[in-house]
Amino acid sequence: MTDVLLEVENVTKHFPITEGIVFRHEVASVKALDGVSLQVRRGETLGIVGESGCGKSTLARVIMRLLEPTGGTVRFDGRDITHLSEQGLRPVRRELQMIFQDPYASLNPRKRVGFIVSEPLEVHRIGTEAERKRRVQDLLEVVGLNPEHYNRFPHEFSGGQRQRIGVARALALNPKLIVADEPVSALDVSVQAQILNLLKDLQAEFGLTYVFIAHDLSVVRHISDRVAVMYLGKLVELSGSRDLYAAPRHPYTGSLLSAVPIANPRRGRGRSSFVLTGDVPNPINPPSGCRFHPRCPRARDTCALTEPPLESLSAGHDAACFFPLEKWPLTAAEMAGAGRAPDTVEAGAGAVAS
Amino acid sequence: MTADVHEAPLLDVRDLRTYFKTDDGIVKAVDGVSFTVRPGQTLGVVGESGSGKSVTMMSILNLNPNPGRIGHDPALPPGPRMEAFLHGSKKHTSISTGQALFRGENLLEASKRRLRALRGSEISMIFQDPMTSLNPVLSVGSQLVEAVMLHRDVTQREARELAIAGLQEVGIPRAERRIDDYPHQFSGGMRQRVMIAMALINDPALLIADEPTTALDVTTQAQILDLIRELQAEHGTAVILITHDLGVVAETADDIVVMYAARIAEHAPVFSLFEHPMHPYTWGLLGSLPRLDVELERLTQIRGQPPSLLRPPAGCRFRPRCRFAFDRCRAELPEATPAGFDPGHLDACFLAEARKLEESARIVAELGLAEEAA
Repeated sequence: MTDVLLEVENVTKHFPITEGIVFRHEVASVKALDGVSLQVRRGETLGIVGESGCGKSTLARVIMRLLEPTGGTVRFDGRDITHLSEQGLRPVRRELQMIFQDPYASLNPRKRVGFIVSEPLEVHRIGTEAERKRRVQDLLEVVGLNPEHYNRFPHEFSGGQRQRIGVARALALNPKLIVADEPVSALDVSVQAQILNLLKDLQAEFGLTYVFIAHDLSVVRHISDRVAVMYLGKLVELSGSRDLYAAPRHPYTGSLLSAVPIANPRRGRGRSSFVLTGDVPNPINPPSGCRFHPRCPRARDTCALTEPPLESLSAGHDAACFFPLEKWPLTAAEMAGAGRAPDTVEAGAGAVAS
Repeated sequence: MTADVHEAPLLDVRDLRTYFKTDDGIVKAVDGVSFTVRPGQTLGVVGESGSGKSVTMMSILNLNPNPGRIGHDPALPPGPRMEAFLHGSKKHTSISTGQALFRGENLLEASKRRLRALRGSEISMIFQDPMTSLNPVLSVGSQLVEAVMLHRDVTQREARELAIAGLQEVGIPRAERRIDDYPHQFSGGMRQRVMIAMALINDPALLIADEPTTALDVTTQAQILDLIRELQAEHGTAVILITHDLGVVAETADDIVVMYAARIAEHAPVFSLFEHPMHPYTWGLLGSLPRLDVELERLTQIRGQPPSLLRPPAGCRFRPRCRFAFDRCRAELPEATPAGFDPGHLDACFLAEARKLEESARIVAELGLAEEAA
C-alpha cells in the first residue's frame, strides 16, 4: 500500500464544439483541462481553487470518472481507472464518492431521506433491508441529523441539513476518497462553519481523504493540507496550505490572495492589492505561452512564447512561472518585478497600491 | 470618515416594519429597523439569507409586491395593525410602516409619482445579478439613454453622449462602440459595470448596492469594489452596501449594520465593530468565518438554524441559538441601545456590558482583529 491514493497524470479534457446537423464536425474545442498532474495522499485534504471556468469542476468529474478524460491517466489506489467501462468502474465507485454544491438539486425531491441515503447500499447489494435501515440511521446520527428523520422528504430540511444528508449518502459505502465540489458555497456562514467542522470531524474519525474544490480561498485554507491553484485548465501552483498562503510564488496566486477581502479592517484596508485587469480569457483559444501572461504584472516576452512547466521551487512547493514571487506580501512595484519600466506596469497590470 | 457624526442624515430610517402575506401566514420580514446614512458615507449591511437586509431596502424604495398602506393610529401598535390589514385585504400582499426620511421626506408616504422621480435620479439601486436586471432584448445604450431621458431634460443625442461618458467612467473599453451591444455580449464583470454606469448616470445622492459582487469571481469583485469606491469618492455618493461577506464590509464600509431575523443586532462604526463586537450573533459570525489571515484549528459554529419569520421565537430572536441567553432574553425583545464606551456603538443584547466586553476581548484576541499584520 503506497502513500498515494489518487494520481492524476497529464490529464486533458477537451469538449468539442461541433457544427452542422447532418455532417457534424468539430470546429473547435474547449480545453477545460490541459495537462494536469497531481497526487492525493491517503488521509489528506487536497484543496483545489480557481475562478469560474478554470477547470476545477471538470477535474472533479474526471477524478470521479463521471467524465472520461481526452488524454492522460487517472490512477486510484494503484489501479488505472482512466478508461474503465461502467462495469469495471462499479467496484471503484464504492470507494470514490462525491458531495455536490447544491443541496437542493442533488437530492431527489420525491424520495424520502432513508431511501436517498440507502440507495448506494442497494445499488451495491449490501446488507439486508433491516441492516441497511440501521446503517442509514447510524449515518444520519453521524452527520448530526435525527435518525427519526428517516421518513422525511428533502424539502422538510434546511440547506445545511440537506448538505448533511448529502454527506451521509457519500459516507454510506465507507469510501476511501470523497470529492467535494463547492460543498459549502451555497450555505450561509454560520451553517457553512457547521459543515466544515463536520467534514473535519468525519475525516479524523474515518480516516477519509478529501479532494475539496472551492472558489473561496479562506475556506480552502481552513480545510486543506495542500492546495492546488488552477487557471484556465492548468495547474499553476501546488503547495502545502500554510506555505501557499504565507508565501505564494505564482503571480496569479498572489493576485487572488490580495483580492480576497479580509474581515479585519486593520489588515484589509490599506494593504497593497494587485487588481487584475480584464477577464479570464476564452478557453477555446487560450493565450500562447503562459496562459496568465496577458493579465500578469510580471510578464515578459518569454512568457508569451514558452509555456512555463510546473516545477518544484522549494520542498513541496511547485509553481509554473518563469518569474516567481520572491517574497510576500509585496508592493505593487515588487509585484511587477524589479527590471520592468513603470509605464509597462501601468499598462500591463493596472497595479494599484492603495 | 466617521468624523462628522452631527451632519444631518441623508437617509433616516425609523422603526421600519415590512410584513408579507403568504399561504402559510404573515411573514415579518423586517420588524422594527432603524438606522441612518450620512451624505457620502458607506453603510454596510450584513446578515445571512432571510435576515431582512434586502427587504429593508426594497421597502424604502416601495418595490415590494402589491404594497398596501395604513395611516397612523397611536392607539394600536403597528405590528398588530399591519397583520389585521393584511388579513383583511385581498389586493395587497405586503405592507410597510415606519419612516424612511430621505432629506426629511418620508419615502413610505410619498406618492408613486414622486417615488418614480426619485428612483434612478436621487436614489438608485444595483442588484446581485446583472443579467436579470438588464433587459436582454435592448442594447445597453438604449437602456442607459432611457435612464437619462426619464430624469433629465436632454435630447436623445445628448443622452447618448452622457451614456458613452458613463460607460467610459466605469472602465468599459471602446465605450462608443460597445454602447450598441446587448447585455449578453458583456462578461459578468462588465455587465455589473454597465449596471453601475446606469445607477450613477444621474449622479444620485444615494446608491443602494444589493450584493453587487456576490455572483462575481474574486478578482472581478476586487475590480468592482474598487470602482464603486473610486466613483463614490469622486461624486460624494452615499452607498448602502448589502452583503453577506464580512470581509467586503470590513474593507469598504464606514458603518456596519448586522441584521439577524428581521432586526438589527448591532450597529457600529467599522473599526469599533471589529474591535469591540458586542452582540453574541456578531461573535458567532466572526467565529464561523474561515480566515485568510489567521490559521484556525476549528471554527466556532453557531448551533441551530435561523428562526422562521412566520413564528419568530419570543423575546430575543437569537435566544434559541445563543450560549449566553438568560431569563430576560425569553421575556423581552431587546432594542438596539448605545454602549457605555461609545454612544455610536449600538447593540441589541441584554447581557451586562462588562460581560460583553470580556467575551469580545477574547474573540478579538483570538482572531487578531485589533492587530495590523498577520
